[in-house]
Amino acid sequence: MGLLNKLDDPYYGGGIILGTLEDVLNWGRSKSDWYLQFGLACCAIEFMAVNASHFDFMRFGCIPRTSPRQADFMIVSGTVTMKMAERIKTLYEQMAEPRYVISMGSCANCGGPYWEHGYHVLKGVDRVIPVDVYVPGCPPRPEALEEGMIKLQKMINEQAIFNKRKRLREAEEKEKSVSDVVLSQN
Amino acid sequence: MGELKKVDFEYSQLNSERMRLNVGPQHPSTHGVLRLEVELDGEIVTEVVPHIGYLHRCFEKHCENMTYPQVIPYVDRMDYICSMNNELPYVMGVEKMLGIEVPEKVEYIRVIFSELNRIANHQIAIATFGLDAGAFTPFLYLFRDREFILTIFEKASGGRLLYNYFWVGGLAHDVHPTFKEDIRWIVKRVKETNKEIADLLLYNKIFIERTANVGILPADVAINYGCSGPVARGSGLPFDLRKDAPYSIYDRFDFNVVTGRGEVGTVGDCWDRNIVRFHEIEESCRIIEQALEQMPDEGDVREKLPKKIRPPQGEIYSKAENPKGELGFYIVSNGKDKPERVKGRGTSFVNLSVLPEISKGYLFADLIMILGSIDIVLGEVDR
Amino acid sequence: MIEQEIYNKLKEHFGDAIVELKEAPPSDPFIQVNPERLQDICLYLRDEGDMLFDYLSNLSGMDLAENLGVVYHLYSMKYKHTIVLKVTVSKENPNVPSVERIWRTADWHEREAYDLFGVIFEGHHNLIRILNPYDWEGYPLRKDYKTPEEYHGIKVPY
Repeated sequence: MGLLNKLDDPYYGGGIILGTLEDVLNWGRSKSDWYLQFGLACCAIEFMAVNASHFDFMRFGCIPRTSPRQADFMIVSGTVTMKMAERIKTLYEQMAEPRYVISMGSCANCGGPYWEHGYHVLKGVDRVIPVDVYVPGCPPRPEALEEGMIKLQKMINEQAIFNKRKRLREAEEKEKSVSDVVLSQN
Repeated sequence: MGELKKVDFEYSQLNSERMRLNVGPQHPSTHGVLRLEVELDGEIVTEVVPHIGYLHRCFEKHCENMTYPQVIPYVDRMDYICSMNNELPYVMGVEKMLGIEVPEKVEYIRVIFSELNRIANHQIAIATFGLDAGAFTPFLYLFRDREFILTIFEKASGGRLLYNYFWVGGLAHDVHPTFKEDIRWIVKRVKETNKEIADLLLYNKIFIERTANVGILPADVAINYGCSGPVARGSGLPFDLRKDAPYSIYDRFDFNVVTGRGEVGTVGDCWDRNIVRFHEIEESCRIIEQALEQMPDEGDVREKLPKKIRPPQGEIYSKAENPKGELGFYIVSNGKDKPERVKGRGTSFVNLSVLPEISKGYLFADLIMILGSIDIVLGEVDR
Repeated sequence: MIEQEIYNKLKEHFGDAIVELKEAPPSDPFIQVNPERLQDICLYLRDEGDMLFDYLSNLSGMDLAENLGVVYHLYSMKYKHTIVLKVTVSKENPNVPSVERIWRTADWHEREAYDLFGVIFEGHHNLIRILNPYDWEGYPLRKDYKTPEEYHGIKVPY
């Protein structure tokens, strides 16, 4: 703790941080996301570059797991074909809740350059599994994937753990009332 | 507790049941989405059936619906590790059909970028091969260097991985002003890293134990299976299209064709295929240095072409030495602005087909090493 | 050896089975061959002393409107010469003898041509689809191919 003692300690004397249990749990979850290690196409090479020395994905707390049962989120890195779509779905279903998906690259988002004549290409991985964060690009730069990771961390930080149904209902009602207002104005 | 009863048995009475194991399509060491159906007798591989097509992106269908220049980005995405090398045979084929010559400067830039991309490809090949063997450090070292090469590509073309830089009749645009200094610097750097890699990985005792005398591919089998590139050269076959069927301006440079010699094991084993890649990095550095010396500073980078490219009716098979082997494009033109048919002869597609032949009788752990030594890219296998 | 010499030699040996030699630069010259005696011709090209085409560079299927075609690009490791063979078959009866036993590399190439064009290679030991799923319908690279609406309940078009 030598280094920490030398810093200006804002919590001097107490070492107490006030916060809700939910915040603490979400903080822990978002900073140690383990991902399912598998690559599909061109984006997988950029994904490898993110893992390697220059971009160092591990500083986000992301550690590759080769089994879907130990993974928190998966990065769909590349074109999903019809032959692969069912396997992706199986992999997603094997992951334990809560699970997240980052769709990396245009192909996984919407079919990319293969959208028109690709008879064997799935036009967007969101046709088989739900996606949380979309990263655009063909292929996305490593920085773009890191941005996507930060987005996912933010999303996890704001997630409800307790009284989920109640809060979801409240949010829905709020949204509905807002949309009612908007509709009445129009 | 009585005495232990002595049982008479012979080993031949023991029936070992064959086991079928499924590797992939999601597996860390299949280099993408390859599925291998492996039949095992204990730990020994008796049969391998590769199932491919998990990345079939309909390349040939797209070619029939795109104009000639529009095909180039799709060609990039075939072998996405070395896109520059993919573009070269395609644009050469179309230029040959049109009957145009590209300016001198363009030829040099094309050769320099092809060779740089060959270095980047071999670095990935050696890095991931090390990763399969359990060596993580060389991966970090080689990816560090590869990033510098990608920076140069990015300065020139704007893309890190997929470039769309070689156009029919020239280049997309001229290279950046500090091009020559950048490349001289990177070549020096690559040579230094190569020394480190030789010590760290290739001449490491553990690595040699795992790869020498494993997956031996005899030269005649390599020819019959259509293998090319480091897979064929590792078997002692001096087959290199840069020498055998010189294209572009490769006949102006002095370089050697590296072949496997069985330095630590038998000719044609996994280690030989990798040492060929390792020495090819050095040969590529030599070519780049010579090209930089000879390259003219001034000159156009694009030949004047009509707005719509319409090659005359005919067909051509244009091939070039990709880092993985012979990459060919069979282009058929019907006189319109869209090709009638483009067939890509994927190098990895052909090289992978030899896997069942050379992996029989080895341990299951060796199968992963053999697959890694072939250096496949699934984008090119499935297209 | 240049194409004309190879053509003359083949014509001498196989007579009517060799249809014609087409040369029209800058296109590659090719020899049109009758599909019936394809295996004999290929074996001859591979083993004859001054040809030795031991390396099959490429094998591609073609859709020629009414017919289907198969194109063979051969290369010799020793003499470093090339030749192109072509066969044409009708769409109703797309049977071509397999050259898989002659060059093992043709194994996957032929499966691909079957998968994408529906050319049936007689004598191939395992002629099944290779790129598309095993239960895929139709031959995608034929010009009249229509993209299916759905596959296993997943919508295919954009």
